[in-house]
Amino acid sequence: MTVKHPRRRLRLATREALTCYLFLLPWAIGFLAFVLGPILASLVLSFMRYDVVTAPRLIGISNFRDMFVTDKRFMMSMGNTAYYVLLYVPLHLLVALGLALLLNQKVRGMPVYRTLFYIPSIVPIVAASILWVWILQPEWGLINSLLGLVGIKGPLWLASLTWSKPSLILMALWGSGSAMIICLAGLQGVPQHLYEAAEIDGADRWDRFRHVTLPMLSPTLFFMLVLGVIGSFQVFTTAYVMTGGGPAESTLFYMLYLYRRAFVFLDMGYAAAMAWILFVVVLTLTLVQFRLANRWVYYEAEQR
Amino acid sequence: MIQETTMRVGGARRVYRSSLRTRVSRIFGRAASHIVLLAGAAVFAIPFVWMVSTSLKTDRQIFAWPPVWVPNPIVWGNYPAVFDYAPLHRYFLNTMVIATAQVFGAIITCSLAAYAFSRVRAPGRDVIFTIMISQMMIPGVVTLVPLYILFAKLDWINTFLPLTIPAMLGSPFYIFMLRQFFLTLPMELEEAALIDGASRLRVWWTIIMPLSKPAIATVAIFSFMFAWNDFTGPLIFLNSRTKFTLSLGLQAFMFERRTLWGPLMAASTLMITPIMVVFFLAQKHFIQGIALTGMKA
Repeated sequence: MTVKHPRRRLRLATREALTCYLFLLPWAIGFLAFVLGPILASLVLSFMRYDVVTAPRLIGISNFRDMFVTDKRFMMSMGNTAYYVLLYVPLHLLVALGLALLLNQKVRGMPVYRTLFYIPSIVPIVAASILWVWILQPEWGLINSLLGLVGIKGPLWLASLTWSKPSLILMALWGSGSAMIICLAGLQGVPQHLYEAAEIDGADRWDRFRHVTLPMLSPTLFFMLVLGVIGSFQVFTTAYVMTGGGPAESTLFYMLYLYRRAFVFLDMGYAAAMAWILFVVVLTLTLVQFRLANRWVYYEAEQR
Repeated sequence: MIQETTMRVGGARRVYRSSLRTRVSRIFGRAASHIVLLAGAAVFAIPFVWMVSTSLKTDRQIFAWPPVWVPNPIVWGNYPAVFDYAPLHRYFLNTMVIATAQVFGAIITCSLAAYAFSRVRAPGRDVIFTIMISQMMIPGVVTLVPLYILFAKLDWINTFLPLTIPAMLGSPFYIFMLRQFFLTLPMELEEAALIDGASRLRVWWTIIMPLSKPAIATVAIFSFMFAWNDFTGPLIFLNSRTKFTLSLGLQAFMFERRTLWGPLMAASTLMITPIMVVFFLAQKHFIQGIALTGMKA
């Protein structure tokens, strides 16, 4: 009995472990075959010249050298993307937080309002892009028609060098609904007694927002910031559908240029190298954000 | 005695006055929030109104100034006209095939993995979980080029396989979401079944899955929406028109006929409608799913 018992437990534990691995197998196959494998292949590829038709050839670091030395489009697409990220991410957080605060009040008809603000974020991106090309159309589009009614001559929007990127950002902000819901869930998770305690201490509305709401919401905001940066560095579809990178390549974003190098010019090695640069940039920014997080992100558990 | 009374009276009066003031300011506050909410809601809703309105107009009214809000007469011709330029029914079918495969595949594989991560113990499981979480942070673009080459070698280009097989093997977002949900389920039923000799597979299928219908529905809706909306995948892996999805077909239509605003808006309306129907039928699952992913921290 005493000898048999531990052996049986061991066998049970092994069986359980095998079951666990078996259940994880489909995901693991997908991860190895379609994520990890390709990432490593992409690294090797970035040191090669490969056009799919002829055999790949090792060319050392010349893909990377070309990017930073001879290829003006590379730096330009990086600049366009940085512009987009720097403007879109903060505005996106502000809009999401603002809407969430607005929708967190006790007002009649709130479910209707919430639905209205949320719905644009589930519109298929191609359908939304086509709709916005029409809305931003310089002569007969809705925005310029309405501006015309009050005597303002609207800009050329997507056809203007200065307004093309802000136009895409404006459209992206229209879809802030899901971020708003995340914020709203965060807001509703703030315990009411904290507000009551602050009120007793004489805190006004702003104090309560600044010293209760913001700290309690900071983990949510941090999560949105990290995912927002990763996502907006890869902005692609709206530019591809709405502007095709124009005018004068002012919306040639990084992903769009990468797509062209890979699938229009069949320059697979160069595109892989570009993907790796983007990966490193995004990874660095993510790590920096995690490093900076303990300065402003408040986790309740630490205080207990 | 007297002193006390006046104090009480004075106190009561002050209370009354301040309550009147707060009541007035509350009414103003409410009115102000309604105005802000209404203005905001208008900004968010007007593009839809404009889309539907344009899709029902004649060309003369589409290009009218000042803008016409309610089409007069209402013309339906833009809707059948779409099918002259783009075989939407074909695109619709293709999208449905891909979306259905993704939804059912994702439900099975993700819930199995989530069950293992939440209940079945094994050495190294937590390390694997961390790897899976980091997978969420990898920008998809890094895998794009090698995946294309891989699928080209497998002769999968211009088939639905690149758009279905990887997604059917499971995505970390859904696995994470389901795991969070499974962790909230009580253990007793499951333990009783295990003691009675039921296998883990059986427990998963007969106890966990039925208890998790809301979470499963959330995953189903999200993966359906992803498949329905995806553009980059079809753009890269499909190239003949008979294989196009709605996103890709609509983009091609737009690219070729940039000025046909009536039919274009009709096509967009048609593409958005199914998503709206799903949303209104299952609103609560949308909100729950987003909240579950947002709760990560």
